[in-house]
Amino acid sequence: MKLVLSGNEAAAYGAMLARAEVISAYPITPQTKIVEKIADLIADGRFKTEFIKVESEHSAMAACISASLVGARTFTATSSQGLLLMHEMLHWASGSRTPVVMVNINRAVAPPWSVWADQTDSIAQRDTGWIQYYCESCQEVVDTIMQAYRVCEDPRVLLPAMLSEDAFFLSHTSEIVDLPPQEELDAFLGTYEPDVRLDIDNPRSFGSLSMPHQWYPEFRYKIQEGMEHAVEAIERVDREYGSLFGRSYGGLLDLYRCEDADTVIVAAGSMCSTIRAAIEELRSEGVKVGMARIRVFRPFPTEAFRALAKDVRSLVVLDRSFSMGSEGAFFSEVKAALYPLSDRPDVRGFAVGIGGRDITIETIRSIITDSLRPDTGITAQKWVGLRRCEE
Amino acid sequence: MSGKELRCYEDLPPSPVTHDSSLVFKTGSWRTMRPVISKEKCKLCGFCWKFCPDVSIFEDSEGYPAVDYDYCKGCGICANECPFDAITMLEEDAI
Amino acid sequence: MIEIRFHGRGGQGSVIGAQLLAEAAFREGKFVQAFPYFGVERRGAPVSAFTRISTTPILTRTNIYTPDHVVVLDPTLVEFVNITEGLREGGWVIVNTRKSPDALGIAGHSNIATVDATGIARSHGLGSKAAPIVNTSILGAVARATSVVGLDSLLAAIREKVPSRREENAAAAKDAYEALMTGGAL
Repeated sequence: MKLVLSGNEAAAYGAMLARAEVISAYPITPQTKIVEKIADLIADGRFKTEFIKVESEHSAMAACISASLVGARTFTATSSQGLLLMHEMLHWASGSRTPVVMVNINRAVAPPWSVWADQTDSIAQRDTGWIQYYCESCQEVVDTIMQAYRVCEDPRVLLPAMLSEDAFFLSHTSEIVDLPPQEELDAFLGTYEPDVRLDIDNPRSFGSLSMPHQWYPEFRYKIQEGMEHAVEAIERVDREYGSLFGRSYGGLLDLYRCEDADTVIVAAGSMCSTIRAAIEELRSEGVKVGMARIRVFRPFPTEAFRALAKDVRSLVVLDRSFSMGSEGAFFSEVKAALYPLSDRPDVRGFAVGIGGRDITIETIRSIITDSLRPDTGITAQKWVGLRRCEE
Repeated sequence: MSGKELRCYEDLPPSPVTHDSSLVFKTGSWRTMRPVISKEKCKLCGFCWKFCPDVSIFEDSEGYPAVDYDYCKGCGICANECPFDAITMLEEDAI
Repeated sequence: MIEIRFHGRGGQGSVIGAQLLAEAAFREGKFVQAFPYFGVERRGAPVSAFTRISTTPILTRTNIYTPDHVVVLDPTLVEFVNITEGLREGGWVIVNTRKSPDALGIAGHSNIATVDATGIARSHGLGSKAAPIVNTSILGAVARATSVVGLDSLLAAIREKVPSRREENAAAAKDAYEALMTGGAL
């Protein structure tokens, strides 16, 4: 069924179509509409779920973890400051191996206050043990929620996932979304049946202490193993979803017009649509450019980047976030992935769209023009469009 | 962190979950001081039961508070809180 | 691709207006995209919203800088916001006002249309007396002036998607469709 939905509404429909059994979420701009739409769907009798009201994002995640331990399929949504407040519980969710699925609206971190698009909030959670997807369209939000539950609930993975959507450029953008039939999605997803669950008739202790000589590193390594299995599961589930519903997204790394490309733009999120439009223009002018969209940042698509690097002269990495004192995380990690190769492409980095500054086709074109200049040796990341005094 | 014998990485469940409830962890052996309740002084106020951080006070067949020595760690909070000095802490090795 | 930019104030319905226009075009088999650009989320604060309508999938996810048409929900904005900025040659400027197009004083563009959307919204009891909701009324005028959507699809979108007073909203759109004033002949 085709509807016109915003990214926020798509997230609410996604939770409903996945039959999330317990939802706990705290409203925050620009995510509020997700919570409102879920409330509407419950009030209309279309969505049978237990919505737990809480006083903060920290508690929302705590409620989701506990419900997931009982064996419920759980969902939550947040953004920016709310995600940061959740930080402690994010570690707890992955350490408990609870397959919670969360939508995060990528919003800048204050100060100065900003409710606009910026990926610092989720990039700052990269070491929490969560699978991280970055969506490009409202359609992909619905489809990825379905895929994420399948991946997360895989017994070899058993990890939580966050799906990020850029504030406003996706959260508030209404566009056509095709919702697959419920019965077919039910067959695709199945139900969540954990081997071990919180059960008063069979009491166990969860999250207990581990002394240094006991099992702490072993349990942490198990999370890493789960992530390694996730690489295969994400690719496989995306392919299966494509064969069933006609839409797949390239698994971890979504390649666009890379076959004969000399230059490949690396980016994530809503800007990738605009990059596609820019690539069409540049191609028509004879510039051989493509795009590698980071759809999944954790686990990192290391092998996919190495395979891509074989045939490409340069990679242009765009970060909508920045690690102060270093550089954008995508820029760092792409370079790290390619380091073992003897013949590496030139990698250039640009920080762009910070705090929701609009990324237009013109912005992309100027970055490409800049990176095509023969003055190699540029290794530092450039900030695009800083409003400096005229020199 | 156990219950069943865990020998190596491969024996571990995916997440830190014990095979049994915390009832299998008998912490009474940690005790160096033992609370002993005097039924003569006890007024059945229930403070010891309420304050015990290890849920180790139960009601005996006569309705008096009694200590579950399998789990009591001898912290002495019950003796400290008892308004009637009905609980005395005795050294374990003197008993 | 047709790009339409809405200018309004928080609470007047610009954001929903942009969405309803997309909904109407969707009913005609078009690809659509609608989204807002908020400043502060407060009643009365200037707001813009964007609608894109295309016969092919829409890739661009940016604000609209060179609109084909501009819709102004609040006539007082004309003084503070450069509403015709980037407007393409031959595009329409549709303004909610009781004034005639010629009396508006918007220089350089001949395709100016006006409609008393506030009066029409009030007559159908839309919004409160202090804050009438004018989006559905002005959309009737947009359909008439620009033909980007047909009146029937617009009315269908309004009847299905407006959260309350659906018939009144549809009637207001129809009234505005009829009442549109243009500088030249349509």
